[in-house]
Amino acid sequence: MSTPGPVRLEGREKVTGTARYAAEHMPPGMAYAWPVPAAVPRGRVVAIDAGAALAEPGAVAVLTHENAPRLKETDDGALLVLQNDRVPHRGWYVALAVAETPEAARAMAAAVRVSYAPEEHDVVLTPGHPRLFAPDVVNPGIPGSRERGDFDSAYASAPVRVDATYTMRALHNHPMEPHATTARWEDGRLVAYDSCQGANAVQEALAGLFGMDKERITVVAEHVGGGFGCKGTPRPQVVLAAMAARHTSRPVRLVLPRAQLAAIVGHRAPLVQRVRLGAGEDGEITALAHEVTTQTSTVREFVEQAAAPSRAMYVSPNSRTTHRVVALDVPSPSWMRAPGEAPGMFALECAMDELAYAAGVDPVELRVRNDSAAEPDSGKPYSSRHLVECLREGARRFGWDTRDPRPRSRAEGRLLVGTGAASSCYPVFHMPSSAEVHVTEAGRYRVRINATDIGTGARTVVAVIAAEALGVALDRVAIEIGSSDLPAAWLAGGSGGTGSWGWAVHKACRALIEMVEGRGGTVPPGGLTATADTTGDIPSDPPHAMASFGAQFAEVTVDTDTGEVRVRRLLGVFAAGRILNARTARSQFIGGMTMGVGMALLEGSTMDPRFGDFAERDLASYHVPTHADIHGIEAHWIDETDPVLNPMGSKGIGEIGIVGTAAAVANAVHHATGVRVRDLPITPEKLLGGGTGAG
Amino acid sequence: MRAFAYERAGGVDEAIAAVAASPGGMFLGGGTNLVDLMKLGVASPGLLVDIGRLPLTEVRETPDGGLHIGANVRNSDLAAHPAVRSRYPALSQAVLAGASGQIRNTATTGGNLLQRTRCLYFQDVAKPCNKREPGSGCPAREGVHRDLAVLGHSPMCVATHPSDMAVALAALDAVVHLRGPGGERTVPLCDFHRLPGDEPQRDTVIEPAELVVAVGLPAPPAGRSAYRKARDRASYAFALASVAAVLDVRAGVVEEVRLAFGGLAHKPWRARVAEEALRGAPATEESFARAAEAELAAAEPLRENGFKVRLARNLAVRMLGDLAAPAGEGSAS
Repeated sequence: MSTPGPVRLEGREKVTGTARYAAEHMPPGMAYAWPVPAAVPRGRVVAIDAGAALAEPGAVAVLTHENAPRLKETDDGALLVLQNDRVPHRGWYVALAVAETPEAARAMAAAVRVSYAPEEHDVVLTPGHPRLFAPDVVNPGIPGSRERGDFDSAYASAPVRVDATYTMRALHNHPMEPHATTARWEDGRLVAYDSCQGANAVQEALAGLFGMDKERITVVAEHVGGGFGCKGTPRPQVVLAAMAARHTSRPVRLVLPRAQLAAIVGHRAPLVQRVRLGAGEDGEITALAHEVTTQTSTVREFVEQAAAPSRAMYVSPNSRTTHRVVALDVPSPSWMRAPGEAPGMFALECAMDELAYAAGVDPVELRVRNDSAAEPDSGKPYSSRHLVECLREGARRFGWDTRDPRPRSRAEGRLLVGTGAASSCYPVFHMPSSAEVHVTEAGRYRVRINATDIGTGARTVVAVIAAEALGVALDRVAIEIGSSDLPAAWLAGGSGGTGSWGWAVHKACRALIEMVEGRGGTVPPGGLTATADTTGDIPSDPPHAMASFGAQFAEVTVDTDTGEVRVRRLLGVFAAGRILNARTARSQFIGGMTMGVGMALLEGSTMDPRFGDFAERDLASYHVPTHADIHGIEAHWIDETDPVLNPMGSKGIGEIGIVGTAAAVANAVHHATGVRVRDLPITPEKLLGGGTGAG
Repeated sequence: MRAFAYERAGGVDEAIAAVAASPGGMFLGGGTNLVDLMKLGVASPGLLVDIGRLPLTEVRETPDGGLHIGANVRNSDLAAHPAVRSRYPALSQAVLAGASGQIRNTATTGGNLLQRTRCLYFQDVAKPCNKREPGSGCPAREGVHRDLAVLGHSPMCVATHPSDMAVALAALDAVVHLRGPGGERTVPLCDFHRLPGDEPQRDTVIEPAELVVAVGLPAPPAGRSAYRKARDRASYAFALASVAAVLDVRAGVVEEVRLAFGGLAHKPWRARVAEEALRGAPATEESFARAAEAELAAAEPLRENGFKVRLARNLAVRMLGDLAAPAGEGSAS
């Protein structure tokens, strides 16, 4: 283990409460907004009576589709709020109340009378839904279907076969800080403090929607209390707050209530995944099919690319990876930590475990045998790929070699004990970014870049990269991030933030060093400033495939009387390039793994077929792991040297931690009980069975 | 949350008089449930009478060997009280199985008993609920009800009472001391909470302006007691099913037993059928299973929650087996 890295630069501000989040800015004269969600799952608004609402004490205004500012078209229909009378799903906003206090706004919202012409709704995903179609592209713009070789023939002739279908309900991101915006207009300029993962993306969206030059819009996201993807794209709160501020000519704050998030800010859509693996007697895969069925909304097509990891993980000369989707009258799905990889690797890595048992090969050894030096689907060599090393190192640390592979072979009193393994992976993304570095005559540095710190330690790692590139101590470097007024940069998403920002910062630092050297090593009284933009540096079609890999190992207990599963040990080993800050990297890995435990055992949103909404809308009913659910959790990494990636040699680490966890846990549950649960989350009823005990 | 008036009561009778004089008045204890419901718009009292500073904070041993627990004793303090831990371990375990440390530090004994039954539809004012709006219907019966009742529900309501503490109190034959405008009365805990019937809006038999002032426990029964809760996650989750039991075994025969289930019904479910079947029976797994199954024969599970019947059965069999095992061999205390 590396030495602990630097602590978060903003840690003191956060624990003393001086760090200001989007809803903590207090412009003078501010009003407060509260949205009115649609109370029918589909239909039209036929009338809105705001009379009673406007008679409430402290009422300022009610915005509806009849009086709200007009927005320009955008490709994200979820942002086109209050533009027409259509209700595409329950919870869609049909009005916005604005008042002198949050309490008054809420009372107003409750008093807005909305009449609907309801229509028949369709909110339930079924594998045979008649309106399923095969999308050309799936998130993040990759082909929906891929075929290599002849899957059907190879599968039919394979001596060992697995054909299994894995299902999961919708999942919600639920960051601690709900989506919030404080917006104000000043002399035709819009300033929005927004809880988001990237202020430039929000700035561009607002410019498009309001038909403005983006130079007239400032979006600030200085501190963000978690995102997990649901703040990665602009969300309706910033549009509504800006509309309300324009409509009322006052600054307006809008904090989305927790109970409304499930319908408004995105989620991981429910998924049905069929995986077929054909292999030789030795477990070598000859045929792989991963077929995904999922849903999207009628306002935005978003297709979770769950089959994508099967294009990259294992040797598979004959491969079919497909997606089918149906647009239902449901809230719009979007990014949630490791979209594609997290659910896709649950299915693939459980199927690999099933194949290991079918072939009689150790599950770790099976993965080693099917490792691929090149990305199977593209044929490109990996810039670095140390999956096998992660599997071996993880097995050694975990004590895998003492495992009796027979299911239900280990009991401690009334508890069954089992262990399971799974691989992890996540692709490397780099996106163009720009940065500026200034040095004073006194040798103090200031880095300016619109990076976003959503709680990951981004601010700190940008400083670490700058200090290293400049060859100076960390405390000589000041950092400014989190505003669209800074040099534009990629958002905190796709695990691509650090690599993209770091590249630009590194380039600016090198340019500054050259400037100083060009002046004989002296800095003039006004200091020197260098800027950099990586737009021309990032190859559009790189010759290498680039991805992080890892291996996760879980030990679970299953109570034979209750079916309760508890994770006793969880161990991950990752190969994710050069780790830039061990302290915050470890936090990212174990945070992802913890979220993976939630996905495995706890998390799930239930679509209510009658009402058309998700039943769980608070953190009492939508269960995420508590401290009591996490015991021995370890994250380790293998030092990778990869000069191809970027100047730092780093890969992203924000998402890979959640990839594979659910499979490792599910495989451990199978090992403990002999029961193969293919439906997440693995709650007690799935293990109580028809007998008197688990299994 | 709508505007409301707030008064801090100086005494018990003053508090009762204040609520009695105000049709929309309610007592405020720790507020861990009522304030949540106010935020959701489920409860909208016009007046809150804060009883938090009333001197109902004593845990005192009574002459008959029992305990008198003031209504304002915080859940954390109750669970940690030496007399509770040593003489009523099931109660201490049950309290600690509930909520989170922060909530237990605030929640009171009286408030714990009076927390409303749980159901996602009850909490959503945009949907029908017979408990919230009598006569509006119960969407849970056909809707999302995996966590809801399997015993004693009615066509009007399938909600469950969430308290862990009350389940242990039911098994321990506790009583609830009430004071109201008409004077004092004492109600056995097992009769304090109601089944929904056709009045699901009434969770308990408490009358308007009546205040829980204390909970009484008789002397600890002979035998050993324990509480066990099955839940989706290890903390901060309501019971899928739970069981509190007191068991006294003499020479391999059940001398006395008290058994109560949580998470199965609109109230803590005292398992009197099982108790009757067990008294005088051999203390064997077969007896325990037969008794639990006899009790649960009355279950009418909904589409998604049939597993609770098996879960409750297994919990009871395991708990009674543990309690019957000679000291040191069982997992219960």
